[in-house]
Amino acid sequence: MRISWTGLIPLILFLALSGAFAIGLTKDPSKLPSQMIDHPFPEFSLPDLLDMEKTIDQSYFEGQVTLVNIFGSWCVACEQEHPMLMKLARNNEIRILGVNWRDTVEKGRDWLARGGNPYTRIVFDADSMLAIDLGVTGAPESFIVDKKGQIRYKYIGPITEKIWRDELKPFVLMLEAEQ
Amino acid sequence: MIAEIGQIALILALLIAIVQSVLPMWGAYKGDARLMALGDRAATMQCILLAISFVALTIVFVQSDFSVKLVTVNSHTDKPLLYKISGVWGNHEGSMLLWVFILGIYGALVPVFGKGLPAGLKARALAVQGMISVGFLGFILFTSNPFLRLNPVPVNGQGLNPLLQDPGLAFHPPFLYLGYVGFSMAFSFSVAALIEGRVDAVWARWLRPWVLLAWAFLTVGITMGSIWAYYELGWGGWWMWDPVENVSFLPWLVGTALLHSILVLGKRHAMANWTILLGITAFSLSLVGTFVVRSGVLTSVHSFAVDPARGVYILALLLLATGGGLVMFALRAHTLRGGPSFTIVSKEGGLLLNNLLLVTSTFTVFLGTFYPLLIEAFTDGKISVGEPYFDRTFAPVMIVLIAIMGVGPLVKWREDSWKSLKPHLFKSFVLVAIIFSLTWWLGKSVLGALSIGIAVYLAYSTLAAFGRKIKFGQAGAMTLLKAQPASVWGFLIAHMGIAICVIGITGMSVWAKEDAKVLRLHESMTVGGYEFTLKSMTPGAERNFQKMVAAVEVQKSGHIVGTLRSARRFYQVRNMITTEAGIQVRPMRNLYAGVGEGDAEKGWVVRAYVHPLVNWIWLGALMIALAGFISILDRGRKRGKI
Repeated sequence: MRISWTGLIPLILFLALSGAFAIGLTKDPSKLPSQMIDHPFPEFSLPDLLDMEKTIDQSYFEGQVTLVNIFGSWCVACEQEHPMLMKLARNNEIRILGVNWRDTVEKGRDWLARGGNPYTRIVFDADSMLAIDLGVTGAPESFIVDKKGQIRYKYIGPITEKIWRDELKPFVLMLEAEQ
Repeated sequence: MIAEIGQIALILALLIAIVQSVLPMWGAYKGDARLMALGDRAATMQCILLAISFVALTIVFVQSDFSVKLVTVNSHTDKPLLYKISGVWGNHEGSMLLWVFILGIYGALVPVFGKGLPAGLKARALAVQGMISVGFLGFILFTSNPFLRLNPVPVNGQGLNPLLQDPGLAFHPPFLYLGYVGFSMAFSFSVAALIEGRVDAVWARWLRPWVLLAWAFLTVGITMGSIWAYYELGWGGWWMWDPVENVSFLPWLVGTALLHSILVLGKRHAMANWTILLGITAFSLSLVGTFVVRSGVLTSVHSFAVDPARGVYILALLLLATGGGLVMFALRAHTLRGGPSFTIVSKEGGLLLNNLLLVTSTFTVFLGTFYPLLIEAFTDGKISVGEPYFDRTFAPVMIVLIAIMGVGPLVKWREDSWKSLKPHLFKSFVLVAIIFSLTWWLGKSVLGALSIGIAVYLAYSTLAAFGRKIKFGQAGAMTLLKAQPASVWGFLIAHMGIAICVIGITGMSVWAKEDAKVLRLHESMTVGGYEFTLKSMTPGAERNFQKMVAAVEVQKSGHIVGTLRSARRFYQVRNMITTEAGIQVRPMRNLYAGVGEGDAEKGWVVRAYVHPLVNWIWLGALMIALAGFISILDRGRKRGKI
């Protein structure tokens, strides 16, 4: 059978594109080792959602183990996760730094007003300034940062009772024991 | 019971689709007229079954039958009837059913309108149509079944996203789908023509109305989406270059190229290969559009991997449809006869350039939309591509395209000379220079003046081309005016629509003003010469939400222009707050106010916008859609002659 080579061009282009997407989309992001693990938390200086005149930066992490939680009022899974975070905050299990991602001040505050605020402080990151540096793939996503400000653990998806008990808490206890 | 009827109808439709995709194709290969004729019946039968299934799902939603999982998740007894119905397609499963139902309707229309088509072509096209159905019905039944039951039955549903409770959005997806799915006709007939090894004027004239129909629906769909985003989301923008918007724009761009190249094919027998390729691409991009929105892959790769079964199925379906079409193209494209030659200064030449530019712009938008995903696929980095990219890459291509749109309709088929264009180009240049200086002086923006100048040039050229057709100013112009076929009116309205749209876009991009301030009652702020005063805040309640209505009075140089009412709605079922903007709509400008959070003591956040000419954008877009519908009539009248 005779094949015209110019006729093949669209097919080749298409196959190249779909190959790229097939690789990209079938990678399970939760299994991706984050390049940020064991690296210092990226430098940032962003406003505090609850007091826009103040800023928060990476010095916040010094001396205490922190759970950094990425959330947004638009994120349905965050609503599901929220009661668990509230519980962690009530029991003083860990200090939680919120990152209000791709949101508006108004919507972010409304959201907290309704569900309660489990965060010690909240970084307002409407333009993904911090989220991009962190390599956030979606919300909710959480990082555990040690006393020296190094990212030590990344968890993708809502934190549940079981995840906290089996995965995160042991890790946090270990970090807290570190000097 | 009703849900089961829908389920059974859906399974039967799948079986029929399998028959439809095999037997007519085999019949066409063997030359068996009986098997070929089966395609017609299968297509009709499939459409009826899908209608039953779709109606069943609608009934279940209207009855608020919470034993069906989909209804529980997406509906609520407190919801108004209209939104119970639109809830049918306001979710993944239901929207897929709507998609395949529309596919069934298009398929069933082939035997109705295609009586004069060659039997082999029709049978093959219906078989391809059947294959698409098989793919989608399989997807619905195996990964996204809308009729799944729940046990125990919940007392009430979880509501529908309040953002989606809006008439604009209720009808936005159906129109979009009528467009997307309409391109399946272009795809099926392209693949069928490749199998037949013959593409001719009859084929092009048969297909053109379908392309026009799909394209016009898509235009309406995109426009509604834009209007909805403008007033409901309270962003005060009409187009964000948001991935979800882009993916609906991609098939539109290719569809525009397609309906121009199919015109050349129908009239001059040229550009056959190109038309076929565009037909396949338009539908592939429609598939991408459908899936991207439904899979949520663009907001985050994360959401895609959450349900790998769906994701992999979607990817496989896309690969099979597009890959299959393109394999056929690679194998058979050379068998299609090239048309008569033409020089670059000719109508064909202009339309070829139009096609190349539209494809270039499609590629630009595609790249901007998907590049972040590709980066993510190969590195761990994440980037976002925003407005500046599109402004810098898309806008220049459009300017060149409009330059060609101005002269294209004025040149003759096959061969013409630059010389014949000189008088027109000279007059246009003078006109543009005047408009440019005037706008520059009044609007104080070079870019705005340039853009308005280009729009006026397009409008003038379009009118000149139309004037030439009716021999404007000469005896018998009235008779010629009446004798113009619908497609000429379509050309006039569509190109004028583009000019109007460009003027609107310029107004919004260059002269829009906005500001946000915290205002207490009776305090005011000034935006673009208008004084916005917060007059009152009144609480109230409706059936499914509570609200707080703000009245913002607007004055200009001491005169009251009007009062804008903006409402904040609180939906208890979903725990969500939405903002309804208060908008005063006028031909030359819109005043727009949105009131955010706050209280009487500290004041409320008030955002105020002055949007000049914004309505021209949608007026132009609707004219373009209207032109598409009008051009279809053309074929209707002459169909007997084919």
